[in-house]
Amino acid sequence: MPIHDQSYRRYGGARESAQRAWQVIALAGIKSVLRKRVMLGILFGAWVQFIVRLVAFYVSESFQQTAALLGPSAQTFRDFLSTQNFFVFLIAVYVGSGLIASDRKANALQIYLSKPLTRIDYVAGKMAILASFLLFVTWVPAILLLVGQILLSGSFAFARANATLFPSITLFSFLEVFIVCCTVLALSSLSTSTRYVAVMFAGVMFFTDTVFNVMRLVTGSTTVSWMSFTGSLAQVGDAIFRLPLRYTTPVSVSFIVLAALVVISLSVLERRVRGVEVVA
Amino acid sequence: MTVATDQPPGLPGGSPSPAPPLAGTPPAAAVSLDGVTVEYGKNKALKDVSASFPIGAVGLLGPNGAGKSTMIKSLLGFIAPTAGRMRVLGLDVTTHPQEIRARIGYMPENDGHMPGMNAVAFVAYCGELAGLPAVDSMQRAHEVLYYVGLGEARYRNVETFSTGMKQRVKLAQALVHDPDLLFLDEPTNGMDPKGRDEMLELIRDLGHNKNVSLILSSHLLPDVEYTCDHLVVLDKGRVATSGRIGELKGPAGSVYELRIKGEPEAFIAVLQANGLECHATDEDVMRVFVPGGKTARDVFALAAAHGHQVRHLRPSVPTLEDVFAKAVGQE
Repeated sequence: MPIHDQSYRRYGGARESAQRAWQVIALAGIKSVLRKRVMLGILFGAWVQFIVRLVAFYVSESFQQTAALLGPSAQTFRDFLSTQNFFVFLIAVYVGSGLIASDRKANALQIYLSKPLTRIDYVAGKMAILASFLLFVTWVPAILLLVGQILLSGSFAFARANATLFPSITLFSFLEVFIVCCTVLALSSLSTSTRYVAVMFAGVMFFTDTVFNVMRLVTGSTTVSWMSFTGSLAQVGDAIFRLPLRYTTPVSVSFIVLAALVVISLSVLERRVRGVEVVA
Repeated sequence: MTVATDQPPGLPGGSPSPAPPLAGTPPAAAVSLDGVTVEYGKNKALKDVSASFPIGAVGLLGPNGAGKSTMIKSLLGFIAPTAGRMRVLGLDVTTHPQEIRARIGYMPENDGHMPGMNAVAFVAYCGELAGLPAVDSMQRAHEVLYYVGLGEARYRNVETFSTGMKQRVKLAQALVHDPDLLFLDEPTNGMDPKGRDEMLELIRDLGHNKNVSLILSSHLLPDVEYTCDHLVVLDKGRVATSGRIGELKGPAGSVYELRIKGEPEAFIAVLQANGLECHATDEDVMRVFVPGGKTARDVFALAAAHGHQVRHLRPSVPTLEDVFAKAVGQE
């Protein structure tokens, strides 16, 4: 048997489809994030509300006099997702801000794009990292809450009476996650500093909200809610859950604002995610 | 003692890398460019470049700003040319960028790594991105890191590496998926003399013993001369000259280094009057180009006839520096 020399040898093994590159990026990114204790803390905290709500469902099923107060409704699930927005923000900042910024700082883009993957694969992989965690604190607990309600009540009566709840939770969660992912990734591609990206994202969230609240005080109307990122998202969310709208802004306007945000974000990504930065 | 089969992972027998699906008959040239123009705004980095890089080790030589990196980045598909066609390993860069990138390795000029990863994780990750299965990729990562001399440092975070180590890990990530063609952009940048020699040895070994074609972009003539067989010289966005290095340097013995007693100007005039091209160089040495049909004896005869004493006459092997200077000078 020959002694193994540590020289260069040609590779004759299998090669997999280049289309899975985004999965490789996503998997590596998810593993990397899960190694951080802070992230585990955030994820644990994000599920506390789920446990509290589940206990409330149990109590409402066990003690009928509490059903009116603690019983489930479409509003319960809408409120659940609204409350989870805090964790969406935390994860977007903690995970998302460095996704492209760190690669730009380390000049990793030229290495990524010299491999057989497209810019879309790269962005999709990065987006999948953030989306996985965001869905883990929005869609997954919300759906499990619905399943928990069915199991605790022992009947499908609530689910049947609220047949649109599952698609509503799914549509809103995925819409919110997609918009947040696009926004954070676009901001992340604009800088090499993770902190700066976090500040910019917080600015998008809080500054637009502040502007909206000031304008609301000045005009005495909530029609200007389209100026706020969270306001527009909340308005579209109410419409998806078929609940009374919280602002007087037409839903179509709020939706257009969110769509414009996505278009701008994708445009930024198209310009910034390149193997080489050309300064003409 | 490590005992292992001498076979590549994934396939018994250790046969060379199989041809990818799109590769039919082997291409005549590793890379070919046909009338390629690349513009950065109003500035033309490559001007109607037509060139062919044969299979093997080819040096891409040129002064800073000649367009070497632009050419490589265009071949990688990072920059779209405004005109012309490029083919890599017989595949059109515009229509088959993915297939090309699966078969090439790129070692960039600038520092580049995946943040937060150690060397072996970084290289294995690059292998997976290039399409290798995870297990094979990890095995190859260990192998190539040993090959480039980072075996002991493979569990260290790449961010803590010295410049020389970063150069090596960049070479490792370019090699992990066993490319047919390597693009090496200034691979010895920032390395100390010992590290530079080792890097050149690796490149030479890859190009001459491991059946990996490579294009070495550099402005360092000795690097290219040591590692490459062919040469393409770029200057101001155009190909100044190209060919086999040996042929470009010309036959040995037709150029002589000459030193005479006294002032050389008068004898230079004599030599030139007799059809021998002659240039004074630094110090008191002349370089005499003796055309076919004449020999060193003619130089001695002329010296004797005009009363000049020859102190030194020896054949001069033209260096790559001569080729480069001549090529760039002609532009």
